[in-house]
Amino acid sequence: MDQLLQAIKDSITIGCLYALIALGYTMVYGILKFINFAHSDVVVIGALSTAVLGERMLHKLAPGATAAWYYGPLLLLLAILICSTVAFTVERLAYRPLRRAPRLNVLITAIGVSLLLQNAGQLKFLFGTEPHPVPMLIDQTATIFTVLGVKFRWLDLAIIGTAIIFMVALDYLVFHTKIGRGMRAVSHDTRIASLMGVPVDRIISFTFITGAALAAAGGFLYALRYQTVTQPADTGWALLGLKAFVAAVVGGIGNIRGAVLGALAIACVENFGAAYLHPGYTDVYVFVILILVLLFRPGGILGKAVVEKV
Amino acid sequence: MLEVRSLAVKYGAIQALHDVSLKVEKGEIVTLIGSNGAGKTTTLRTISGLIRPAAGSIVYEGKDITRLAPHEIVKLGLAQSPEGRGVFPQMTVEENLSLGAYTRSDHAQIAKDREHALSLFPRLRERLTQLAGTLSGGEQQMLAMARALLAKPKLLLLDEPSLGLAPQIVQTIFKIIRDINAEGTTILLVEQNAHMALKVAHRAYVLEVGRITMQGDAKELAASDDVRKAYLGGH
Ligand SMILES: Nc1ncnc2c1ncn2[C@@H]1O[C@H](COP(=O)(O)OP(=O)(O)OP(=O)(O)O)[C@@H](O)[C@H]1O
Ligand SMILES: [Mg+2]
Repeated sequence: MDQLLQAIKDSITIGCLYALIALGYTMVYGILKFINFAHSDVVVIGALSTAVLGERMLHKLAPGATAAWYYGPLLLLLAILICSTVAFTVERLAYRPLRRAPRLNVLITAIGVSLLLQNAGQLKFLFGTEPHPVPMLIDQTATIFTVLGVKFRWLDLAIIGTAIIFMVALDYLVFHTKIGRGMRAVSHDTRIASLMGVPVDRIISFTFITGAALAAAGGFLYALRYQTVTQPADTGWALLGLKAFVAAVVGGIGNIRGAVLGALAIACVENFGAAYLHPGYTDVYVFVILILVLLFRPGGILGKAVVEKV
Repeated sequence: MLEVRSLAVKYGAIQALHDVSLKVEKGEIVTLIGSNGAGKTTTLRTISGLIRPAAGSIVYEGKDITRLAPHEIVKLGLAQSPEGRGVFPQMTVEENLSLGAYTRSDHAQIAKDREHALSLFPRLRERLTQLAGTLSGGEQQMLAMARALLAKPKLLLLDEPSLGLAPQIVQTIFKIIRDINAEGTTILLVEQNAHMALKVAHRAYVLEVGRITMQGDAKELAASDDVRKAYLGGH
């Protein structure tokens, strides 16, 4: 029973992290129909900026002490600013000139951008190659309540709460605002959207900025949870990005609510697999689910039933 | 109001338009007729800025709009209801209508124009919360036109509004085209249904494999032997 409860709690927390990242993949795919391989690097930049800026601001903090409450939101805001700027610039300089090029060219460019961000990030005056500790922004052990030996910490609440706020805000943006209507129109048919007077390039920039803001939140929460952030080219990041991407595909790529559902599904598979089967094969469970979904529901849980070659 | 001068458009190696020139005066309904693949849609897409011409220019209200982005052209009051309707199937009728007004922010006036568009197409009013993809073909055409009207166009481009519709709906659509024009909107109408198009239009151009081959008063063209043979079934 306690094992079940623990698995549910972890699935939701990790699922929230995956969802924040998966949303960026799915939004860009929805509009430009390509996989933005550099998206996971934006997450990394979010996590590393949180750690590095946090270190700078809080280096006088006594060991083991927790920072004042407002440092968390402040660092989150800074991470969002940095990530959005990076994503906006990448789109403007690398992807926009390829708007009419074959999709394969864009895909290869995205891989190039990803390598560039990783290697530039390793520069000494940026993030370097050493892991960075994250200052205590929230007391790691403070518990709200304990049920059957499973602790619900303030940290868990902060992660789930922040993620939910961002996802609800995104849902509102996309489905209830004018710019969101423009995004959906561009994602369905760029040409017809532009005949409605929707400024397509501006919508695309805005989509990248929004996706990066969510990725920044994902990176920030990752730093908050794991307390140490590794260097930009660490393979763990690629795996994190890959799982978030799998979540987007499982949910139905291009579908925003699907990405959240897919992320929760992936996190459940991982955590229940670890709890009841074998904890060493979590990555395997994720890819088994991906294969099953692609076999039996190629459009994903909420996606359309069309198969498209990339 | 609109002047297209010596337009040439290429799709890769294929040249779709050769030296196409046409004029639309304020208050007119001008129709552009021609058979499949003549280049009618290409002409409208180029006017709306979706395709960059290889040569020639487009002047609208004295302003060269040849190199403007599509959304800037809409802002100037030149809207298009595209071939195949192009409604957004996953959005409601209401959302499709609001997209039509995307370039505008005069909310009070938009609300009035929405009311007016719905009075022209009363069938849409009962379906405001329905997804556009579930509308019938005729209703989708009405939605596409109502949506274009919400851009408050001075010049409205219509690409084959009668395509694939039952004769009775075609009658309704053409009546509404006349009404819209009577209210002061200038119209450039692309049609394969030359019979109906020549009935409502003041002037007409005939496009054949990318070239304008005939032009003039719609009634005179409708009576001419060449047009009757080629486009009106020869009787
Ligand atoms: N994207 C494209 N790429 C290559 N050729 C094209 C493209 N679009 C149109 N064409 C060609 O240009 C010519 C004109 O096409 P267009 O669609 O303008 O004709 P149309 O008069 O609108 O025909 P219809 O009445 O069938 O709609 C055709 O020969 C068509 O095959
Ligand atoms: Mg056509």
